[in-house]
Amino acid sequence: MAKPKVATTSLAGCFGCHMSILDIDDRILKLIELVDFDKSPVNDIKKFTGRCLVGLIEGGCCNEENVRVLQDFRAHCDILISVGDCAIMGGIPAMRNTIPLKECLDEAYLNGPTVYNPTKTIPNDEEIPLLLNRVYPAHEVVTIDYFLPGCPPPADTIWEALTALLSGKPLTLPYQLIKYD
Amino acid sequence: MRRRGTIGRRFFVPTRIDDAAGSSYNRESFHDPARRPHAAARERVTERVPRAAASFAASAYGMRHCMNKKLQAVIQGICARCGKDRTRMMDIVRETQAALGCVSSDAMDLIARETGTHRVEVESVVSFYAFLSSAPKGKVVIRLCNDVVDKMQGMERVAKAFEDALGIAFGQTTPDGAITIEYAPCIGMSDQAPAALVNDVVVTSLSSDAAREIVAALKEHGDPSRLVRQLGDGNNGHPLVRAMVRNNIRARGPVIFADMEPGAALKGALAMTPQEVIRDVKTARLRGRGGAGFPTGMKWEFTRQAPGARRFVLCNADEGEPGTFKDRVMLTECPDLLFEGMTVAGYAIGADTGIMYLRAEYAYLAPFLEDVLAQRRAKHLLGPAILGKQGFNFDIRIQMGAGAYICGEETALISSCEGLRGDPKNRPPFPAQKGYLGFPTVVNNVETFCCAARILAKGPGWFAEMGSKGSAGTKLLSVSGDCRSPGVYEVPFGVTLADFLAMAGAEDAAAVQIGGPSGQMVGRNDFGRTICYDDLATGGSVIVFGPNRDVLGVALEFLEFFIDESCGYCTPCRVGNVLLRERLHAIIAGRGEPADLEYLQKLGETIKTASRCGLGQTSANPVLATLKNFRSEYEKRVKARGDGLQPSFDLRAAVADAEAITGRPSVHAANP
Amino acid sequence: MNDRFAFTIDGVEVQGRPGQTIMQAADEAGIYIPRLCSHKELAPHGSCRVCTVLVNGRPQTACTQPAGPGIIVENSSEALLAIRCNLIEMLFIEGNHFCMFCEKSGNCELQALAYRFGIMAPKYPYLFPTRELDASHPDIFIDRNRCILCGRCVRASRDLDGKNVFQFVGRGPRKRIAVNAKTALADTDAARADKAVSACPVGAILRKRVGYGIPIGQRMYDAAPIGSDIEAARAHPHK
Repeated sequence: MAKPKVATTSLAGCFGCHMSILDIDDRILKLIELVDFDKSPVNDIKKFTGRCLVGLIEGGCCNEENVRVLQDFRAHCDILISVGDCAIMGGIPAMRNTIPLKECLDEAYLNGPTVYNPTKTIPNDEEIPLLLNRVYPAHEVVTIDYFLPGCPPPADTIWEALTALLSGKPLTLPYQLIKYD
Repeated sequence: MRRRGTIGRRFFVPTRIDDAAGSSYNRESFHDPARRPHAAARERVTERVPRAAASFAASAYGMRHCMNKKLQAVIQGICARCGKDRTRMMDIVRETQAALGCVSSDAMDLIARETGTHRVEVESVVSFYAFLSSAPKGKVVIRLCNDVVDKMQGMERVAKAFEDALGIAFGQTTPDGAITIEYAPCIGMSDQAPAALVNDVVVTSLSSDAAREIVAALKEHGDPSRLVRQLGDGNNGHPLVRAMVRNNIRARGPVIFADMEPGAALKGALAMTPQEVIRDVKTARLRGRGGAGFPTGMKWEFTRQAPGARRFVLCNADEGEPGTFKDRVMLTECPDLLFEGMTVAGYAIGADTGIMYLRAEYAYLAPFLEDVLAQRRAKHLLGPAILGKQGFNFDIRIQMGAGAYICGEETALISSCEGLRGDPKNRPPFPAQKGYLGFPTVVNNVETFCCAARILAKGPGWFAEMGSKGSAGTKLLSVSGDCRSPGVYEVPFGVTLADFLAMAGAEDAAAVQIGGPSGQMVGRNDFGRTICYDDLATGGSVIVFGPNRDVLGVALEFLEFFIDESCGYCTPCRVGNVLLRERLHAIIAGRGEPADLEYLQKLGETIKTASRCGLGQTSANPVLATLKNFRSEYEKRVKARGDGLQPSFDLRAAVADAEAITGRPSVHAANP
Repeated sequence: MNDRFAFTIDGVEVQGRPGQTIMQAADEAGIYIPRLCSHKELAPHGSCRVCTVLVNGRPQTACTQPAGPGIIVENSSEALLAIRCNLIEMLFIEGNHFCMFCEKSGNCELQALAYRFGIMAPKYPYLFPTRELDASHPDIFIDRNRCILCGRCVRASRDLDGKNVFQFVGRGPRKRIAVNAKTALADTDAARADKAVSACPVGAILRKRVGYGIPIGQRMYDAAPIGSDIEAARAHPHK
C-alpha cells in the first residue's frame, strides 16, 4: 500500500513553523517511513502530484496568492492543519490589521525612517500578488480540520499530532503542549 | 531631561528593533513607542514636562488661570443648584449639555472639582448617554428615529432630505454650528412614524417635504418650538405640552383610560393600614406591566419588610422598547392616576420620596408633569401629611434620563438616578433589599402604578375579575407597523393575537413582534395564541409586519439596536451580539452555509444564558425567535458548498483596497 | 461552627458559611470554578461571566451569588463548559491578543483559561478592533489591545490604592478603560507599585522595564493549569 502523502506550505508566515517541523530531529527518519512528502518547501515540489492525506498550513493569508495556494491545499488534502499562530489568528503579520492598507504601504515604502527610496515608488509589478485589506486566519478562508497553536508549535506538538492522525487515533494533546507562544 | 510620551492611536508595527534614538537594543524602547522616532512621527505625541511639574497641584494651578471664566461660572452655577451633590450628576451633566452644547473635557474637570469626585467618573457618565457629548454639537440637534417601524414608513427618504437640505451627513454638524443631525433609536412615536426630535420638540409623520420645511424654518429662526403648527389631541394641546403628538387611543378599557377623581385611590388606601393596601394589591393579582410580570404586591411587601432607614418608590418611565409608546400616552392623559399610584405605593412600603425616571425623549412632557405634581401638592395629595394623614409625607420628583435604553432595566435605572453610568447592578441584593442609594426601593412601570391606583379606588375583586387566569386586569398595547390603526389599545388579558390584529386592522399580517426586540417574533401559526403572561408576554409593544417584509432584515435591525444600547458590562452581550450580527449579515448577503444556523443557535443560547441583565438575556431573541418561527427564511438563503471554502470569506471585497491602490485588477477574484 | 451549612456542587457536598459566595465556598472545598474578573482582594464584579454556574437550575455567577443551605450548584456540565469556552473565545477575538510577543504570556489568566479548556482556535471570527495604547507614564503602560474590560484595575485603584486612576467610559462595543486625566496616564497619580497594575489578569497594564522576566517553562501556567492550586486543596484536604 502506498504511503499517505503530506503537503506543507508557508503562507504569510516566517518559516519558523517549518523549522519546528524539522526540529523533530531524528524522528524525521521515522516520519519518512510513515509518509511521503508531496508539495512542500522541504522537498521543493512546487505542484501537487496527487491527493494528500494531510496538509500543514503555516501562516495566514495576506495576499491573493496565499488565498489561491490555501484553496489549492483544501482541494488536494483530506485533512488541513493550521500550524502556528499566524495560520490560526494572523500572527505578527496581522498587526497591520488595524491600519488601512494604504498607510501600511506608505510607511513601508515611503515614510519609514529607514526607507531609502529616492524615486518614491511603491512596487507594483503584475507579478506581485495583490495584498488583502487585512491578514486573514486560514480558517476564515477555507475549512480547517485541526489547529496546532504556538509560535512556533513545539516539535513535540507537531510530532504528536502527525503520528496520532496517521495512526487514526484521536488528537488529544497534553496540557504542556498547548501553548500560544 | 524632557520625557516624551504618546498616546498611540493604534497598534504600531515595529519594523526594526534598534532605532535612531539609541542604537543598542533597549527593553524600554521596545515597549515604549514614543521612544521610536518613526512612531513619534506617525502617532500623536504629547510633549511632557517632568512628572513632578505635571502633578495635580500644578495642573490645577494652570487650569485656574487658563480656563474660560465663563465656563467656570456656568458650571459652578449648575453644580450649586444641584447642591454640589454627585448623586445628582445626571442633572448636572444634562444642564451643562443644554447650556454649553457639550460637556467638554474642561467642563468635566470643573464638575469633578465642584462635586468632589474624579473627572474620569464624570467622563464615565457623559460617555454613556446618547444625549450627552464631550464634543460640541449644534445649537439644534435633530434626532431622526431610525427604528424598524420608521424605516418601514419611509424614514430613509426623510433622512436623505435632511442631509441634502443641510449639506451634511448624519452624525455631523453644519459648519456654522447651528444644526446637528443624528439618528436615535425608537423615540416612542412608532404610531406616527417617521418621527424625530428637534431638541426637545417632537415632529411626527415626517415626509421629505416636511424635512426640507423643518430645515428651512430652522435656518430662518432657529427655534424648534415654532415647528409645531398643529397641536395633537388631548393634553398634547395643553399649554405646557404644545406638541403635535397624537394619542391615537383606539380602545379604552376600564382600568387605565377611565375617569377618576384625583385622590379617590388615596382615600381608599389611607383608610387602611399599609399592610392592607399590599394585601389588596396581592388580592387583585396585579403583576408588573413592564414585561417581566413580577407580582406587584409581593414586591411591595419585600420592600416594606426590608430593613432600611428610608425607602423609595421609583417609577420607570424610561419607555425604550422599540415599538412601545403606551407610557407616553398615559403620561399625557393620566398623570394623576400614575402619581396617585406612586403615592399609594409610598404609603404601602413606608417611603417618603418617589422618583419618576423620565426618558430624555419625553422631555417635552416634563413641564406639564411638573405642573401636575404642583397641583397635587396644592391639593394635599403630595407633600407633608397627605390628605391630613399625620405621619404620611410623600413627594415625587422627576429625574430626566439622557438617552439609554438600558436604563429601563430597573437596576440600571437606579444607577442612573444615583448619578452613575446606566450599568445594571449585580443581584442579589435586589432593589427591594438595597436599591436607590442602598435603601429598599420599589421600581414599577408607569402602567403598574396606574393599575395599582385603580385597584385601590375600585377594589381588588373588580380588578381580578378581568383578564385571564394568571393575568388579571387589562393591558395597554402599542401597535405599529403594517396595520390600518396604529395606536394604543387597552384590552383584557387573554385576547388572542388574531382577534387583536383584527382590531388593529392587521388581518394580513405575516409576522408580529410581540414585546419589542427583546420579545419574540411569531408567525401565522401562532396567531391563535393569547396575550398574557403565561403565553405571549409583552410589555406593550406589538409591531406588525406584512407579507412583504424580510424578517431576517428585521432581526438584523434589532441586533443593531441591542449592540448600540448594550452597556458593555458583560462579555456575552457586549461581544456576542456583534458576532450574531456579523453572521446574520453574511447570511442575508448570500454568504451563509447550513452550519451557520447551529452557530447562531449556540451563540444565541450562550448570550441568553450567560448575560447579566434582562437586556443581554433577551438580546439574542431576534435571532433565536426567527430561527424557531421562521426557519425556512434562513434555510432558503444558506447553501452547502462542499468545496471546503468559507462562504463568509469575500475575496473580491478583500482585494478591493489593493485594486484601487495598484490600479490593476485581481487575477484571482475574477476566477475564484 | 454552628452556622455552617451544606450544599452541593456537582453532587459533592460542600460546607458554606453565611456571607460567603458560592465561589468562596467552592475554593475552600477545593473545587475550582473558572473565573477572570474575580480577584480575591476585590469586590465581585460579575462581568466576564466565566464563573457562570447553575443554582437550582438558574444561571448565576458564582462570584456574586451567595451560597445558601441546600442549594444545588452545577459547575461542570457539558453545557456550562461550552458556554465558558464561548466566553473565553469571545474575549480573544474581541481584542488583539498577540500572545507570541506579549510579556504576560505564560502568566496571563485569559491565556491560562484557554489552555485549561484546551482551546486550539476560536470558532468566532477575529474582530481586530482599533484600540489605543498609552505609554506616556514613565513606569507603566496601558495596551488596550489586550484589555478584556474585567474592571480589576478600576476596583483595585479605587478600593486598594485609594486613587481612582481607572474607570470605564463609553458603552457597548465601544466601552473602554479610561484614566483619570485629561490626556494620558502620565497625568494621573498612578504609580509603579499600584495594586491596580498587578491586578490586571492580562497584559493590558504592565510595568515597564520588566519584559519577559521569567524563563519559559517556569512561568505561572507553564506546567499546571490555572486553578490547580485550588484543586490541590481537595486532593490534600489536610493541608
